[in-house]
Amino acid sequence: MSDLTTRYLGLTLTSPLVASSSPLGDSVESIVRLEDHGIAAVVLPSLFEEQIELESMSVDDDLARGADSFAESLSFFPDLKDYNIGPDRYLELIRGAKARVEIPVIASLNGVSGGGWIRYARLMEEAGADAIELNLYEIATDPAISGAAVEQGLLDLVASVRQSVRIPLAVKLSPFFSAPANMGRRLDHAGADALVLFNRFYQPDLAIEDQDVVSTLVLSRPEELLLRLHWTAILFGHVGADLAITGGVHSARDVVKCVMAGARVAFMASALLQNGVEHAGVVLADLRRWLDAHEYASIGQMCGSMSYRSVPDTSAYERGNYMKVLSSYVLKGGPVAGPPGMGHRRI
Amino acid sequence: MTGTRAIVDGNEAAASVAYRLNEVIAIYPITPSSTMGEWADQWNAEGAANIWGSVPEVMEMQSEGGAAGALHGALQAGALATTFTASQGLLLMIPNLYKIAGELTASVIHVAARTVATHALSIFGDHSDVMATRATGFALLSADSVQEAGDFALIAQAAALESRVPFLHFFDGFRTSHEVNAIMPLSDDDLRAVIDDRFVGQHRGRALTPDRPVLRGTAQNPDVFFQAREAGNSYYIACPTIVQTVMDRFADRTGRRYRLFDYVGAPDAERVVVLMGSAAGAAEETVEALRRRGEKIGVLKVRLYRPFAAAQFLAALPETATSVAVLDRTKEPGSLGEPLYQDVVTALWEGRRFPRVIGGRYGLASKEFTPAMVKAVFDELGKANPKNHFTVGINDDVTHTSLDFDPAFSTEPAETVRALFYGLGSDGTVGANKNSIKIIGKQTDRHVQGYFVYDSKKSGSMTVSHLRFGPDPIRSTYLISQANFVACHQFQFLSRIDVLAAAETGATFLLNAPYGPDEVWRHLPRSVQETILRKRLRFFVIDGLAVALEAGMGKRINTIMQVCFFAISGVLPREAAITAIKQSIADTYGKRGSAAVEKNFAAVDRTLARLYEVKVGTQADAGFDVLPAVAATAPAFVREVLGTAIAGLGDRLPVSAMPIDGTFPTGTSKWEKRNITQQIPVWDHDLCIQCGKCVLVCPHAVIRAGLIDQAALVEAPATFKSAKARFRETDASARYMLQVSPDDCTGCTLCVEICPVKSKSEAKHKALNMAAQAPLRAAETANWDFFQSLPAFGRDGLVHDTVKNVQVLEPLFEFSGACSGCGETPYIKLLTQLFGDRLLVANATGCSSIYGGNLPTTPYTTNAQGRGPAWSNSLFEDNAEFGLGMRLAVDKQNQYARELVARLGDDLAAGLLQADQSTEAGIEAQRERVAALKVKLAGIDSAEAVALRSVADTLVRKSVWLIGGDGWAYDIGAGGLDHVLGSGRNINVLVLDTEVYSNTGGQMSKSTPRGAVAKFATGGKHTAKKDLAMEAISYGSVYVARVAMGGNDIHTLAALREAESYEGPSLVIAYSHCIAHGYDLSFGLAQQKAAVQSGYWPLLRYDPRRRHDGKNPFQLDSAPPSIRFRDYAYQEARYTMLARSNPDVAQALLVEAQADVDRNWRVYSSRAAMAEPEKAGSEKA
Repeated sequence: MSDLTTRYLGLTLTSPLVASSSPLGDSVESIVRLEDHGIAAVVLPSLFEEQIELESMSVDDDLARGADSFAESLSFFPDLKDYNIGPDRYLELIRGAKARVEIPVIASLNGVSGGGWIRYARLMEEAGADAIELNLYEIATDPAISGAAVEQGLLDLVASVRQSVRIPLAVKLSPFFSAPANMGRRLDHAGADALVLFNRFYQPDLAIEDQDVVSTLVLSRPEELLLRLHWTAILFGHVGADLAITGGVHSARDVVKCVMAGARVAFMASALLQNGVEHAGVVLADLRRWLDAHEYASIGQMCGSMSYRSVPDTSAYERGNYMKVLSSYVLKGGPVAGPPGMGHRRI
Repeated sequence: MTGTRAIVDGNEAAASVAYRLNEVIAIYPITPSSTMGEWADQWNAEGAANIWGSVPEVMEMQSEGGAAGALHGALQAGALATTFTASQGLLLMIPNLYKIAGELTASVIHVAARTVATHALSIFGDHSDVMATRATGFALLSADSVQEAGDFALIAQAAALESRVPFLHFFDGFRTSHEVNAIMPLSDDDLRAVIDDRFVGQHRGRALTPDRPVLRGTAQNPDVFFQAREAGNSYYIACPTIVQTVMDRFADRTGRRYRLFDYVGAPDAERVVVLMGSAAGAAEETVEALRRRGEKIGVLKVRLYRPFAAAQFLAALPETATSVAVLDRTKEPGSLGEPLYQDVVTALWEGRRFPRVIGGRYGLASKEFTPAMVKAVFDELGKANPKNHFTVGINDDVTHTSLDFDPAFSTEPAETVRALFYGLGSDGTVGANKNSIKIIGKQTDRHVQGYFVYDSKKSGSMTVSHLRFGPDPIRSTYLISQANFVACHQFQFLSRIDVLAAAETGATFLLNAPYGPDEVWRHLPRSVQETILRKRLRFFVIDGLAVALEAGMGKRINTIMQVCFFAISGVLPREAAITAIKQSIADTYGKRGSAAVEKNFAAVDRTLARLYEVKVGTQADAGFDVLPAVAATAPAFVREVLGTAIAGLGDRLPVSAMPIDGTFPTGTSKWEKRNITQQIPVWDHDLCIQCGKCVLVCPHAVIRAGLIDQAALVEAPATFKSAKARFRETDASARYMLQVSPDDCTGCTLCVEICPVKSKSEAKHKALNMAAQAPLRAAETANWDFFQSLPAFGRDGLVHDTVKNVQVLEPLFEFSGACSGCGETPYIKLLTQLFGDRLLVANATGCSSIYGGNLPTTPYTTNAQGRGPAWSNSLFEDNAEFGLGMRLAVDKQNQYARELVARLGDDLAAGLLQADQSTEAGIEAQRERVAALKVKLAGIDSAEAVALRSVADTLVRKSVWLIGGDGWAYDIGAGGLDHVLGSGRNINVLVLDTEVYSNTGGQMSKSTPRGAVAKFATGGKHTAKKDLAMEAISYGSVYVARVAMGGNDIHTLAALREAESYEGPSLVIAYSHCIAHGYDLSFGLAQQKAAVQSGYWPLLRYDPRRRHDGKNPFQLDSAPPSIRFRDYAYQEARYTMLARSNPDVAQALLVEAQADVDRNWRVYSSRAAMAEPEKAGSEKA
């Protein structure tokens, strides 16, 4: 039987199948179930510093609203002993999970202030997290701020957190850099022990009847994997950091692709949410069957086997890939049928 | 003393002892005692134990009557049990008090003494409630101060256990219950030292138990009842001595010595005042001041009023006393004197002591009782023929009972810091001042006192904090009238009231103003400038709002102004004060998270750099002054009486200014222009589709729609806006108007939130958009006045079946003092639009009775014909019966009128008797017939004609509505409501369901949903909300609707109209979002919608008339749930607080709550799907 063991963030994992940051990791019981079904490590849902601040101000507002205004109702709520504002619940989740499962527990953090990132990272380390994934989720809406400034900010942040904690550090990236390969390398130099490709964002949708902007986060689809495979393949061998893929991993074949592209691990969330945690067992069984059928001794054997540096023709990972797709589409489809009244045109 | 003192109010002091000395605590909210129950519930939730190591059982009941019943039962079964109450609540307990005392059952009830409603309700303090219990057999023990409220709670309990006589321990509502003071708290060991467990054991030994069965509660015949009633006499004879023994034991333990009657003053006093309660503080202070002038006077403080220990009283009264004044804080009309006076007279007579005795009334409903008034009483005692049965504190210019007093007389110690703070409810001033008291009380050995005065509005309310700090004990149980520090936290107050009236010469004045030190002077009203110069005030200014905004504090300037106070007043060294403030912030806000703490810290750090001493001008040169309270065009009564009260000078009104029977004119809120918003909605008339939703939801009726012929707009102000009317019923020349009253708007933004129209070019621009009020105020005020001058659109010009049409109906409920964004008032307003000109309202006590009927003004108003809602509040518990009584009266008089009309026998009579009044036109036609009838009767002086004239108006259809909240409908008034719904009579009930007791601060009712946190449900409510609709539906003959305006406004409109048209009982349960739900109320309507979408609040109507058409009366009017209960509930702090504090319980309750929703939906949808098998009346034999 093939050996599925892999190394990620300096940790030995029983397989490359890792539970990505999702609601599946928000309770100890759920994490235990993930382990029971073969998941090799779990990334907890992100602790959002902004949310902690927001909750603090919100509780304060809720208790203050209407208070001390009218003689008969000087308050509207009992003042409870504890509102659990702050990271305590999250840290308790880390502690609880560590006490119950053998698999590595990776905390995830999204901060807003330099102090916040460092403070919470230290707390996570103290709580027993095996590693921390920095969730660099940021929307650069200010046109006055350059890409270079944003990048430098992220690098400084990673470096400062790196100096503050001893446990391994993964950095979850957005795909939206002008030069992702360069950014990956700089993050590597800044101290990232792993790069996780890529973050998936809440994407605003437009409700055109109500003229409203609606925040959505739909489950990932398998085709989203392609972008991640592409950049993993490019980065493999160019960075010392481990690579991980998150987004679009739904099957054993997807896991194989991730590893072949150069990832040490493949993160899965949507497929587990859709099919249940039991799906992990199915994927692992399929993975073993595939490896056995294709006579791989171990999963490590194939890691990076189809990366940019390992394939005979790299044009597919370069601009040639784009050209190839376009031309093959024309050849296959011939004249493109447009909507009625649009006539025919050729690309 | 430092280090062991506690800074608490009277309620907390009493509740802390009561909680630790009992096993069962029955609670029910009523001002001003509610916080005692709240503390008990909170301590229970926190697992705090009594002195025997067990956590007391705390149970909220459905009324005070219920609490007394539960208390009685718990006592009978052997528990140590107590309850807390006041006023009407205590009256509801009276039947049980007789029973508990008659059975010699040791117990204590703690009462924050409050006025009993007579000509009016009052939430404030006097002894009318306590005095109503003096025949029950309860001992009455009076605590005069915050310290004594704690001490006497213990003494009462120990004495009750030892004497078997139950005790009513009372202290003055608000003055003591809400005064914050430094006390020496009683430790558990103190309690154990005073409570003798032998008597606890004896109490338990008398318990009803099947193991030693006895019978209690017998019925007795004339042969033995009398003797049995006398059988317990010896216990009452022994009681005073036991109380004194306990007081002595208490003194041995604590060093604080009390007697049944405590005398303070000259041993050889000639003039003595006898009184009890907080007034003793002012009296004692006055006696000491006057004695220093050599006067031979004294005050005798009554501690144990019942049983009245005559011997001890006589012993306490100096033999030298030749003239005694007995002061009662209550009134017994028709008596020979108030109760304490009568007891003193009797005691003296029976003791063969014959000083001259006079009695007087003072301090009703927390009327101020000052040293000046005390002095007036002593002065009166010194006269050859003093006035008996006098009043003091008012000007009785009708029956001339009042004593004159010199308001300038003061006994305030010079070394006491006397600070006054004027703030807005929403700016946190009171909270900050409570913190300041704690800081000073803990950091120094100074004595501290804080008392807080609030106005009657729930939005834009003004608070006045009275703080004293000094080296000597503070017994000044009256407001500060000579302040050496005055802070005005809201600049706009300067143009409304005289905030410097109480400033003494040389005082310090701190002003929060949007102006710097160089420019602020010229922005002060002239009279303020004059006062600053005349009183030579030191003047400081800070732009607190700017600091707050910079620090991320929003409009909360509390911390900033607190820093300024400490920096200027020098009460503490500046650095020490800042450190203490920060520690206090950490203590107060720490559990709310670091962000709340850090923002407050930031505010502290930024403050001092922005605080400036102002170099005052040399002369008062402002060209403007304080504005009159009401416009000169107001009616005389409004101008002279209500206007005086609005200006904060109501204490000056003489008796002759007051209506003799509590009857006031309506239509007065429009004269109380409060100007409390900084933003108002601005209409884009090009974009507007004239749907009327904004008008419908406006809680304060400040946005009005109208239809008018274009010709009438010729004289309109230049900025007045109108649009071509888009109504089927209007012609081409009709214009649609939408106008806002800028001085009455509260800025809640509900109108903007509900506006469905968005610009096609810019989605954020709606047909209504909020804009700064100040630049618009003058123009929009002129536009409002013009709009108001236009004739209302005829009521019969449109069918009232759409929100669009109803918007042009004149609201006869406007500009209430309800919370900004209130979820209740839109329903009442709509009711008045639909039926206001023929509406009688019986209003249960609660929010709706306060914003509906709390002086100085009322939002109920009249139309151009002078018709409008007739409104009254009886009580909390009896509203259904009260409203039914109105209906019976209207029906009876209508019947009588019809009988008399029938005797006329002419065409007019036929028209009157056969009138169809189902439409507006029909009602108007009947009004014309009645008018014709009156003309016809005018010249006839027969008895029948006179009688018919007096009841003729009842020939026009009247609409009787019973309005109240869920506290009334689900709890205290449930029995009455049930009876009234079962009566078959044509009454209409509107339940404004906020799911808590909103008016008293958010206590749980049976309407509170499962999983929500409320006061009295600190750990979250574990049971489901009562389904009041299904209860009423079970009658089969009651029209029932459950509505939510934000869920479906047309459904709400239809339900109200159907309810009114139904000739039997109708019940409309209206979802009312509320500040007690814990979110920004601008999202109130969205939450209503979510409540409906989640299936938590299914819209339904049950119309018995449909059965006659072979239809199912039950109509489920909302779609199946489309979102989860969680998605609705977790937008509100009442749910999320539990999720934060106790996530496991919250999760379990959430699962159950979702199951409730699912189950209810199944039941409702099944019921709605049922076919009505046969028409009514086709029953087969």
